[in-house]
Amino acid sequence: MSYRLLVNGDPVEIDVPGMRRLLDVLREDLGLTGTKEGCGEGECGACSVLLDGDVVDSCLVPICQADGHVIRTVEGLAPASGSGLPSETAASPQLDPLQAAFLETGGAQCGICTPGMLMAGQAFLASGADPTDEAIREAIAGNLCRCTGYTKIIEAIALAAARPSFDGVG
Amino acid sequence: MPYEPPVESPMHLRDALAILASEGSRPIAGGTDVMVQITGELGPPPERMLDLWHLQELRGIALTGNTLSLGALTTYTEIRRSGRCREHAPALVEAAATIGAAQIQNRGTLGGNIANASPAGDTLPVLLAMDAEIVVGSLRGERSIPARAFWTGYRETALAPDELVLRVLLPTDPERRVRFRKVGTRRAQAISKVVMALSWRDGSSAGWQDVRLALGSVADRPIRAKETEAMLEGRLPTQATADRAAASIAAEIHPIDDVRSTAAYRRAVTARVLHRLIRDAGGW
Repeated sequence: MSYRLLVNGDPVEIDVPGMRRLLDVLREDLGLTGTKEGCGEGECGACSVLLDGDVVDSCLVPICQADGHVIRTVEGLAPASGSGLPSETAASPQLDPLQAAFLETGGAQCGICTPGMLMAGQAFLASGADPTDEAIREAIAGNLCRCTGYTKIIEAIALAAARPSFDGVG
Repeated sequence: MPYEPPVESPMHLRDALAILASEGSRPIAGGTDVMVQITGELGPPPERMLDLWHLQELRGIALTGNTLSLGALTTYTEIRRSGRCREHAPALVEAAATIGAAQIQNRGTLGGNIANASPAGDTLPVLLAMDAEIVVGSLRGERSIPARAFWTGYRETALAPDELVLRVLLPTDPERRVRFRKVGTRRAQAISKVVMALSWRDGSSAGWQDVRLALGSVADRPIRAKETEAMLEGRLPTQATADRAAASIAAEIHPIDDVRSTAAYRRAVTARVLHRLIRDAGGW
């Protein structure tokens, strides 16, 4: 079967088995390895991506259910970096406000949870919800960090929410 | 990569029911349980899958008279955001908010929770306490199954092999109170150790009427605690009532030890949670 999706703004058409996990399509078929596999069973959130703006675990979404939908991965966060697809020429690494905030607060340690944290954080920022500590904690409750770095991650999301540069576009 | 069985993604319910009747494919809705179950690590993987995600007939939340109807593909996020659910089924909204976290709530569905038939399914005690009707369908037609008759054993349901869950009907009754409580290891991403829904109609001085007490994770299926319900019938939510009810439920249930908890813990916590819900209702 052939499936069409919009990945980080680029139309993609792929011919793969319908039950292939969105995670595997992104990493193996499209080469977008920013999205990580942690547990593979919806517990850890490392594979979080946005599907039509909603944060989902890409290990739990078969590609047949993403047909015709809009996917955004960590490669699609930074505005100047293009889609991140290998066919693109790498542009200058201008960071998204949330990525910049993670960098400033030290919201990353080993890094494997970071792409998922960024996408869950991005969905939260785009929702326009009041960025209280409680609300941010709930927004990333599906993302595990085994370096136990939650405090700085929460600070990063709060910092990005407070920045006038954040345009709220998911 | 995990095993990838062939899948069909029909656009119309009739086509889905025809595929189910002729091929016996394994249905998948939001995938939050099924994608974990079909990897082959937990038994033989299914030969064929039936993707329900595109069936618009199974979506939508509607209020008709005194009945709130939720399509089987209604996600937990949709339940949480629905003004109708918040007004007429606040306990269901509470239950939906305790399931997984945003990633799971954005995909997991009410119909999936019902058909997956886990004894720990978090919405199921609410459906029992609200006396929900579960409408199922096949090419042979539709029928309605009361929630209290739906789960027939460990991960067994009253669904025939050619039937799908279509929607859930919840009676709305402004006089009925429904309270929900889940106990897990943490507030998110936890499978319940005990999950409870308690409901009653306020009979003022005549005490609680038509009491329903439903529990998950303490038996092989979601259950109603009939003896304790009978004990609570006609009572006012006093300390004496709470004490008696706690003793009653501790004697009535027969939970087991498993990886998530122990029988002794589940029994003690169930009694404490019921005591607390009655105390909160009594305002003492």
